Amino acid sequence: MRLGVVRFPGSCDDGDALRAAAIVGDAEVLWHGDRDLRGVDGVIVPGGFSYGDYLRVGAIARFAPIMGEVERFARDGGLVLGICNGFQVLCEAGLLPGALLPNEGLRFVCRQVELDVVETSTAFTCDCPAGERLSIPVKHTTGRYFAPEAQLDELEARGGVLLRYAPGHNPNGAARSIAGVCNEAGNVFGLMPHPEHAVDPLTGSTDGLCLFASMRKVAGAVLAA
Amino acid sequence: MSASAGPSGGAGPSGGAGPSGGAGPSGVRARVLVRPKEGILDPQGQAVERALPALGFTGVSGVRVGRLIELEIADPAVLPEICERLLANPLIEDYEIEPANPVAPTQPA
Amino acid sequence: MPSSPPEAPVPPAPSGQAPVPPAPSGQAPTPPAPSGEAPTPPAPAIAFRHRALGLTDAEHALIVEKLGREPNEVELAMFSLMWSEHCAYKHSKLLLRTLPTEGERVVMGPGENAGAVDVGDGLVVAFKVESHNHPSAVEPFQGAATGVGGILRDVFAIGARPIAVLDSLRFGEPESARSRYLLEQAVAGIGHYGNSIGVPTVGGEIYFEAPYERNCLVNAMCLGIAPRERLIRSAASGPGNVLVLLGAATGRDGIGGASVLASAQLDEGDQAAKRPSVQIGDPFEEKKLLECCLELLDAELLVALQDLGAAGLTSSAAEMASKGGLGIDVDVARVPLREADMEPFEIMVSESQERMLCVVAPKRLPDVLARCARWDVRASAIGEITDCGRLRVLQADKVVGDVPVVALVDECPLYELAPERPTERLYPVPRQAASMDSALAPDAAPRDTLLALLAAPNIASRRAVFEQYDSIVQSRTIRRPAIADAAVLQLAPDGGSGALAVAIDCNGRRVACDPYRGTIETVLECAANLACVGAEPLGLTNCLNFGNPEKPHIAWQLTESVRGLGDACRALGIAVVGGNVSLYNEADEGPIYPTPVVGLVGLLPDRLRAGGLGFAQAGDAIALVGPFAPRLAGSELAKLRGEPLPDELGHADVEAIARVQRSVGDAMRRGSLSSAHDIAEGGFAVALAECCLAGGIGASVRIPGRVEDPIASLFGEGPGGFIVSGPIEALRARELGAVVIGTVGSTRLELTFERAETSLECNLEIAELAAAHTGTLEAILG
Repeated sequence: MRLGVVRFPGSCDDGDALRAAAIVGDAEVLWHGDRDLRGVDGVIVPGGFSYGDYLRVGAIARFAPIMGEVERFARDGGLVLGICNGFQVLCEAGLLPGALLPNEGLRFVCRQVELDVVETSTAFTCDCPAGERLSIPVKHTTGRYFAPEAQLDELEARGGVLLRYAPGHNPNGAARSIAGVCNEAGNVFGLMPHPEHAVDPLTGSTDGLCLFASMRKVAGAVLAA
Repeated sequence: MSASAGPSGGAGPSGGAGPSGGAGPSGVRARVLVRPKEGILDPQGQAVERALPALGFTGVSGVRVGRLIELEIADPAVLPEICERLLANPLIEDYEIEPANPVAPTQPA
Repeated sequence: MPSSPPEAPVPPAPSGQAPVPPAPSGQAPTPPAPSGEAPTPPAPAIAFRHRALGLTDAEHALIVEKLGREPNEVELAMFSLMWSEHCAYKHSKLLLRTLPTEGERVVMGPGENAGAVDVGDGLVVAFKVESHNHPSAVEPFQGAATGVGGILRDVFAIGARPIAVLDSLRFGEPESARSRYLLEQAVAGIGHYGNSIGVPTVGGEIYFEAPYERNCLVNAMCLGIAPRERLIRSAASGPGNVLVLLGAATGRDGIGGASVLASAQLDEGDQAAKRPSVQIGDPFEEKKLLECCLELLDAELLVALQDLGAAGLTSSAAEMASKGGLGIDVDVARVPLREADMEPFEIMVSESQERMLCVVAPKRLPDVLARCARWDVRASAIGEITDCGRLRVLQADKVVGDVPVVALVDECPLYELAPERPTERLYPVPRQAASMDSALAPDAAPRDTLLALLAAPNIASRRAVFEQYDSIVQSRTIRRPAIADAAVLQLAPDGGSGALAVAIDCNGRRVACDPYRGTIETVLECAANLACVGAEPLGLTNCLNFGNPEKPHIAWQLTESVRGLGDACRALGIAVVGGNVSLYNEADEGPIYPTPVVGLVGLLPDRLRAGGLGFAQAGDAIALVGPFAPRLAGSELAKLRGEPLPDELGHADVEAIARVQRSVGDAMRRGSLSSAHDIAEGGFAVALAECCLAGGIGASVRIPGRVEDPIASLFGEGPGGFIVSGPIEALRARELGAVVIGTVGSTRLELTFERAETSLECNLEIAELAAAHTGTLEAILG
């Protein structure tokens, strides 16, 4: 399996995402100005401050040439994972419901948080241990998940909330403690926590690996089919 | 020789996302006000509101912090579309286009 | 650090504080010789305009002598900046030359943009600390942000990828609204820049002391890593090569910053008056610039690279030319401007951020420009390298400035200081901490004193600050803030097997008590932090923050401090690879505490054996290591009690402490220890509580033998002490020289004396310690 990691000007966690992806498969960079996904089996839109986060987080990046290809890939059922700024970009692009607002505390927060895996039957969480908590860091200023109440109800009803901050761990005031959501088709997933920073026991935890391993499982099955 | 966009991040990555180029002599200057939608928690606004009494300003409420975008545009008719697609996120933000004034003819290109 | 080799003639300057230092060789400040013609006529004679720019009459006369005529406006502006303390180190260079700079690991020493040491596996680490005090006092958010931006550029200018930032901050007491504002904004600014550019902020320190009320300190340190062959120097070479300016457009930011902001005392009314010259940081622009420069270096397209910092184009171009022994022509008409009507002198001294200058062979230019375009980085050929030894400023085809490079860079007069030990107290007696005096009184129960100290602003948990920093991006951070005494960064992403340790330290109040011993303590403390994670020190950088060196007592502080720095480094076998000075940090109320901030980088051969400070394992033994001789005078407790600063600190046996540090480091590297923590502010009891808090586990400790002054033994301070934990056999190993004093376990900290009254005992739940330790910084930040 080969994962592509998008690199925008201002991406910061692209290198980390590449290293994490390389643990479960092959990984390569997708340049923001290209209109080519180079035949990858899955796409990661990484964290950082694409285009300086100027105007509004993710607002400018979503118009990058590569994003047109990512949108097409997603419509065709390809696996797309958005982490932090990548989540913001995917929301702006309309690939995921909702939006990310400034943290309730207004400040940047870098902290290890505990997450509850809500759904384990999806392409991104099928390798995660059911009922167990994941310890994964967050680091952002704009991570408060928001969607209108009706949309939140609908999202929860269809099993679109994959990760929630464990009680007492919501770092930003996210609606219903939502940390990560997927689209209706289940092939696009965005989350504020950084699983790519939880793949090495020395740097804090390996709890993020199961998300990448899930992608390998699913993409691998597609490849085998 | 100049390779690029200015420090604001420039015209964005897409190049062809919309009408480009400076306002010509027939263009107008416009202001777009973007603010958090009614009912959306605005911690920045709250922070400002909380800070004011400490400075001796009482009786201030309903503070909302948004942003102001000034631009010159050849065809103001496309402004609403620009707002919808880029300047504001309609899910969380309202926008308002302020009455536009013609650009002074001496404005350098 | 001196930015050039010791070539400059040293004029006799018998009195450092004299307002008009004599010109060299008794040269009288005569009118200019008639020979030599200015490229453009001197600006209309404004009497003494050089004084407004910070130059003395004698310095002005010397410039006239060097040029053979009156300088015009452009030239005078360039000289005033290049001959400022900030660029020329004219009051500190002679002292700094006494520091040891040689070491087998040293790859680049003082004089380059950053120092660099070899860390094996074909890798070098570059690092430097720099002050941004005055800009931060004027506008703390942007001042701190651009301080980070500037130090990052210093590091990638030599081809190293920035991998970590640390910061050292000083503010007035938190009771002051202004101090709280400065802290909040400076922290936000550091976070804004570091987080946005993707470089982790992994450590730092914050102290609140009244003498910093009017002069806050914001020092930022950056570490970078590079394959050895990618290191690049800043010397221009090859006449005919093209000078290319990269990055942001040039505006009026920071004009006059280096000479007016950084070399003059801040007075009343300055805050408002100086606001327009504040530089604004754009981390996004710098992120592109960083990636673009590293790509250009990887592709071997650059001859030389230099950042633009203080004094902007003038300093960068002059330094490049000076190091290469060449000349440079700069055409200001080809510099992209943000404001069209800028004067040539403004363009030459602008401190607009996010710009770099490089030298490119003409045939490589198209490739360089293409790569810059791909990174969306502006690139403009603005001049070329010449062999005439002059910095010529052109405006299209007109010469608007023409000065010998050597005069600009190397011939600023250097001044001998005139140190005099003060006979009176320099600093007011610290104000008693009102909120906690009963808990701090000599007859208070130690448990109450301990809780009060844990909540003191200089000791309380820094979580509320460091959580605002991304400390983990780039996947190297294996010891985050508050986990260990030093940050630890693995080199795995760079193909290395080991890890780096880095710490930054200085307790200015103790340096104020005794500049010589206080500075030795600072170096020992920093080295102790490295020892606790198991690292061997590789090199040191420093930032000397002092008051006005032209005053004899400040000159004495500076002289004594640098002597202590040199002695400590020699005793520990550490080379000084770079540094920075920030002088004139004083206001009407007096000078800051002398604050020689020290940054130390070390190496751990095995990243799996990085130490932590928290007790780790129930049943582990706890031991005290080192020749620790605590005293209350000069301690945090004495400060909070409102006691005056003592006139001197206790003598430290540096050799003995160095041996202990080596044995603690060795034991950690061997894997014999579960934890190690050095004893610093708040003394033994606070250190013990910190070990419990970091580990989330209790301890039972009995202080053996007869203790003369139990309160001093619990809360007194001094260098050389460590608290370690581990299997009891390991702690009893002779080479460690440890005294076993207790056991790890339970949820309480129990502290008793073998021979003292039971009323002195402490018995506290970890939760009580945590409650005291948390909340202070949170409240200060609001």
